[in-house]
Amino acid sequence: MLTGLFAGLFYLATAVLLGGLAYRIRLYWKTPAPLKIPTTPAPTTEAGAALRLAREVVLFESLFKANKWIWLFGWVFHFALLLVLIRHLRYFVNPVPELLVMAQQFGIYAGFAMVAGLAGLWARRILVPRIRYISAPSDHLMLALLVGIGLSGLTMKFIDHTDIVAVKAFFIGLMTFKWQPLPADPVLLVHLTLVAALMIIFPFSKLLHGVGLFFSPTRNQADNPREKRHLAPWAAKLEAGGGSK
Amino acid sequence: MAEMSDFLVDEGVPDPLEMPEMKRGAMEGLAPFVAKPEHQAPLGFPGALVDDWQEKAIDKMGELLGKYRSLQVYLDSCVKCGACTDKCHYFLGTGDPKNMPVARQDLLRSVYRRYFTFAGKYFPKLVGARDLTKDVLDEWYSYFHQCSQCRRCSVYCPYGIDTAEVSMAAREIMDTVGQGQKYCNEIIGKVYKIGNNLGLPKKAIESTLEGLEEELEEETGLKIRMPIDEPGCEVLLVTPSADLFAEPHIQGLMGYAKVFHEAGVSWTLSSYASEAANFGMFIGSYENMREVSLRIRKAAEDLGVKRIVFGECGHAWRVAYSFLNTLAGPFDFLDPRYPAPQHICEFTYDLMQAGRLRFDKSKNDQYRLTFHDSCNVARASRMGDMPGGQFEIPRAILRATCNHYFDMAPETIKESTFCCGGGGGLLTDDLMDIRIKGAQPRMRALQQVREDHGVTHMAAICAICKAQFTKVMPKYGFDMDAILSVHQMVANAIVMTGSIQEREIKEKSEPAAAEGQAA
Ligand code: HEM
Ligand code: HEM
Ligand code: SF4
Ligand code: SF4
Repeated sequence: MLTGLFAGLFYLATAVLLGGLAYRIRLYWKTPAPLKIPTTPAPTTEAGAALRLAREVVLFESLFKANKWIWLFGWVFHFALLLVLIRHLRYFVNPVPELLVMAQQFGIYAGFAMVAGLAGLWARRILVPRIRYISAPSDHLMLALLVGIGLSGLTMKFIDHTDIVAVKAFFIGLMTFKWQPLPADPVLLVHLTLVAALMIIFPFSKLLHGVGLFFSPTRNQADNPREKRHLAPWAAKLEAGGGSK
Repeated sequence: MAEMSDFLVDEGVPDPLEMPEMKRGAMEGLAPFVAKPEHQAPLGFPGALVDDWQEKAIDKMGELLGKYRSLQVYLDSCVKCGACTDKCHYFLGTGDPKNMPVARQDLLRSVYRRYFTFAGKYFPKLVGARDLTKDVLDEWYSYFHQCSQCRRCSVYCPYGIDTAEVSMAAREIMDTVGQGQKYCNEIIGKVYKIGNNLGLPKKAIESTLEGLEEELEEETGLKIRMPIDEPGCEVLLVTPSADLFAEPHIQGLMGYAKVFHEAGVSWTLSSYASEAANFGMFIGSYENMREVSLRIRKAAEDLGVKRIVFGECGHAWRVAYSFLNTLAGPFDFLDPRYPAPQHICEFTYDLMQAGRLRFDKSKNDQYRLTFHDSCNVARASRMGDMPGGQFEIPRAILRATCNHYFDMAPETIKESTFCCGGGGGLLTDDLMDIRIKGAQPRMRALQQVREDHGVTHMAAICAICKAQFTKVMPKYGFDMDAILSVHQMVANAIVMTGSIQEREIKEKSEPAAAEGQAA
């Protein structure tokens, strides 16, 4: 019963996440950027623009220029999250590759860093009047959700252990359609429920920022408008239609 | 002449970046005059708010979402991190939270969410979505005309979200339903009808140019020409019409003429395209921006020029540098050895590099100078081959023409420059309140260099900046003529071959040389 419920939940969540993301990516891909609008000074080559994007993704370069506190908390949160997720891969691959085993020890304390980063961001959202002003309930809920996931995970890791071999069996079973029972530990169930919620919300929320960044014309365009003519399909049609003399 | 005002602080200069206290609704009532039917018609917009405006507005929003990736991605991606909240000069100057870039975007985003997203359709309260009511439309009209589209916020946003893109979309939507802005739309109409923003007919321009030619001859002893509609010239000069009309712009124009003359490059203005400015950008209308741009192409073709050079104007240079090739290109009929188009500063700088211009810097010794980076030049264009040439080239020109040059604080110049407060279609008296307040960060940075280095004057390469500063500088304790054109400095210092100035210099040095020989 419980196993079936969670199996269904995760199939649904995965479908929504992947389907939703594919839809959004397709939408961004198909929507043209009719004008050259990189925020200058900008790299003059495509390779340079790719490097600029990479710096934004890895270092949060613009954010660093803008505000050191948000940068610190945000960067710690995201990179801890990355480590945590890498660590979690062990539930989904069998056998666990050498590299992933090595990554485990780095991941252990990342859970704390992730929650600490989130706490810092949340504190700013509550304490700084400007940021409080721009926050909608969903912005707080998103943080609550992630903190909830982090805390429940840490609880399992350090206080109320669960049978992670069984958890792995359950998820491998989901992927191979040979269902295995899920341990009925309450903390685990909370953790998994929140994770499923996160997956479902992802493609409908501001969490799209991770995808959006790659499509942001002010960051991904090369600064070469005089050298290379840039024309969107709809603008070409306008031109062909002879909108003007 | 400077009137004391409440903006002037006696003790020490406050930090240009100082955070204001948040004053909700501080700028709520402020809105520019609404366009009349006769201002709307030439641009193809309905004369007054249409009956089914709400439906039309949502349709237009949907259309723009499909046409502009920037809009679609930016409305989805903001995480409300708050990094941009203290970056807008209008927020710093007014404390009105709706002038924080993210809050300005949210005026449109809230409506986007309501009509175009799952969450906004079913859980509007949760995600801050709202219906498009007349109140919301009026709020758009007010606050999207308190954005100068300067892009300072986009520098700092981790995703490069550019509020200018959002403002442009909002203005286009409002135009489409019949709630246009009088200032911009009336001006675009003038360009269509007469050829320039100021509505100067060819006759008036010709007589101005004649007067200037006489002035130049008197000053230099040289026949420096300022032609208009002269076929077969090398260069078409496209310059803001303010250069033909007002100080200090006109001194800049005389500087261009001197540089062209010294370089031996023939040039002409065009009466058909007697305007560099393109307010089509401010109202976010691709079609109108293109229409204005095509005039320049047509003028270049008709006059048979080989190069197009733009005079000192910020947003015009954005349209020219970044968009002209897209809107009115390809420019394969021009001389491929030069970028099309070129900025007058690039033109002058290249000659300097080739050692073909001589300057007597002492002619500018009465100025202790700083430079205002205009937003559209700084954050939306380039000069020369290298990223950042838009900062270095004008400075190189100023340093070559003036002995006393000082930059303002680093966090207020180059890519972090503060808008003059009058860009983006705000340069109109009905918005004077926000113009004065929005100039505050720039003015404070200027007060700082006055304090630290005794700076007396500021040069700029934008007609809007110059016009705005002429008006607002007195409010901050500066003379209205403390703003200069960059090519005014060139005009003052240049020593032209065969000119009176050249002879004077020779006479000064020759007796000395003669003495030297005698000894
Ligand atoms: C390419 C991937 C990603 C990049 C480059 C990225 C970047 C950023 C940046 C620069 C911020 C703003 C600073 C901050 O508040 O931390 C941010 C905020 C945020 N990110 Fe990401 N992110 C990515 C993926 C993700 C993912 C996968 C998640 C969630 C599972 C996530 C969750 C969040 C949340 C919740 C916030 C808002 C924090 C707040 O409320 O202040 N991000 N992200
Ligand atoms: C289906 C997906 C997931 C499963 C099956 C899962 C399962 C688990 C389990 C069993 C633990 C306990 C580890 C132990 O006792 O050693 C754990 C810990 C944790 N989980 Fe998850 N989790 C999932 C997704 C996530 C996601 C998406 C996040 C973050 C947003 C997350 C964050 C954490 C954290 C921070 C910890 C504690 C530190 C650590 O062990 O790395 N989990 N998770
Ligand atoms: S573009 Fe400039 S004026 Fe507009 S919100 Fe951003 S910083 Fe403010
Ligand atoms: S900096 Fe960008 S993501 Fe952050 S609140 Fe401003 S617009 Fe949104």
